[in-house]
Amino acid sequence: MAAAETYPEDLKYHPEHDWARLEGDEAMLGITWFAQDALGELVYFEAPQPGATVAKDSSYGEVESVKAVSDVIAPLSGEILEVNQTVVDAPETVNDDPYGEGWLLRIRLSDPSEVQALLDVDAYKQLLQDS
Amino acid sequence: MQTLSRTPLHERHVAAGARLVPFAGWEMPIQYEGVIAEHRAVRSDCGVFDVSHMGEIHVEGPTAHELLQSLLSNDLDRLEDGDAQYTLLTNESGGIIDDLIAYRVGSHHYLLVVNAGNRRAAYDWVKEREIRGSEVRDASDEYALLAVQGPRAIERLGLPKARQFTHAMGELDGIEVMVNRTGYTGEKGCELMCPAEDGVALWDAVVGRGAVPCGLGARDTLRLEVCYPLHGSDITPETDAISAGLAWTCALDQDFTGAPALRRVKQEGPTRRLVAFVMEEKAIPRAGMEILGLDQSAGGEVTSGTHSPMLEKGIGLGYVPTDRSTPGSELTIDVRGRERRATVVPKPIYKPEEETP
Repeated sequence: MAAAETYPEDLKYHPEHDWARLEGDEAMLGITWFAQDALGELVYFEAPQPGATVAKDSSYGEVESVKAVSDVIAPLSGEILEVNQTVVDAPETVNDDPYGEGWLLRIRLSDPSEVQALLDVDAYKQLLQDS
Repeated sequence: MQTLSRTPLHERHVAAGARLVPFAGWEMPIQYEGVIAEHRAVRSDCGVFDVSHMGEIHVEGPTAHELLQSLLSNDLDRLEDGDAQYTLLTNESGGIIDDLIAYRVGSHHYLLVVNAGNRRAAYDWVKEREIRGSEVRDASDEYALLAVQGPRAIERLGLPKARQFTHAMGELDGIEVMVNRTGYTGEKGCELMCPAEDGVALWDAVVGRGAVPCGLGARDTLRLEVCYPLHGSDITPETDAISAGLAWTCALDQDFTGAPALRRVKQEGPTRRLVAFVMEEKAIPRAGMEILGLDQSAGGEVTSGTHSPMLEKGIGLGYVPTDRSTPGSELTIDVRGRERRATVVPKPIYKPEEETP
């Protein structure tokens, strides 16, 4: 069952509809409710490998629905510690729970100061309203 | 800005929370709850699609049969009143102007149901070739058309059993409809045609009987699983019926437009064929992707691709050289720079379950 539209207060957002949950020098990454809703039910996550690096504002993978494919943009730079195997095996988990079970990557930040460039929830909601 | 046409059911789609997209000049629902759920509803029970955007062309008069027999690829002589036939409108080089269903209403009256995007082209082609004693009329705006599809469709509608590719006038919950035993999903079912002003009542009746509203997204995944070609993608005015695997729709002993060209292709053997394939690796093929390692003059391109909800794999159609077209042939597809393996399979890719007696 698809989740209801929400944008948690405790996350940082990237304008390409990605989120980051900061935990010390690590972060969990995922896509926002808006992104999964625009795509529809996900059927495929082309995931990177643990150990690889992701660069802020660059694509690190793809998510696909029946009708569309989208790059996933890294909101922050770092080394991949973990790829969410649950989403690789059952991509629709992202639709069900985009901020919880449907996270995509866990990374170790290479430059924590990048966080300052991300949007807080109000700024992201404003961006959605203006687009 | 071009304004999009709306079907008589537009308000119903909005009220149901459908996602509406532009399609062939129409604002159409691509999905309601979700493509996969809708797809499964049609494979397991019953779904309803608003296909009122499709075109309806009446051809009437004592020479209607003669006119259409000279333009359509299939043999109209095989039809009795109440029969329907899948057929092609072909140009001089054997290219496909449109694929359509011809319904024989009477010996002097045929109804052609054509693709929305080809309504104008198909109408113009036939109208320009009108002969004395036949009259061609585009009546597309006069009708609503609903496709009700699935193993339980006929039962839910309370309709009598009937052969596929037949039609009859009938009544559904007080609404007079033309019941056509045709569809684009590979499942049992029918397409219901009624005056445009009765469209909303018909939709409400069909939904009230338990049919799940389905959008164009599921329509595409359903037709692709059973390898029904999509005009504009798999077949076009530049592709011929023989290469597309539609020789069975061509009565080459008749003299329709394009028949000489098609006889030549058949005699010489097509250099390329439209094949069905299944991905062997996790990847979803999409129209326009290159099939690698092939002579590009013979095609080498995916013409349709999607994720199959029934197989839970990537599936597609594409043109490959004839010597690579047999089931079991291995293909490599360029999925945005990644090489992904696929295998040619027999059509259909998915075979709907047979009715249990």
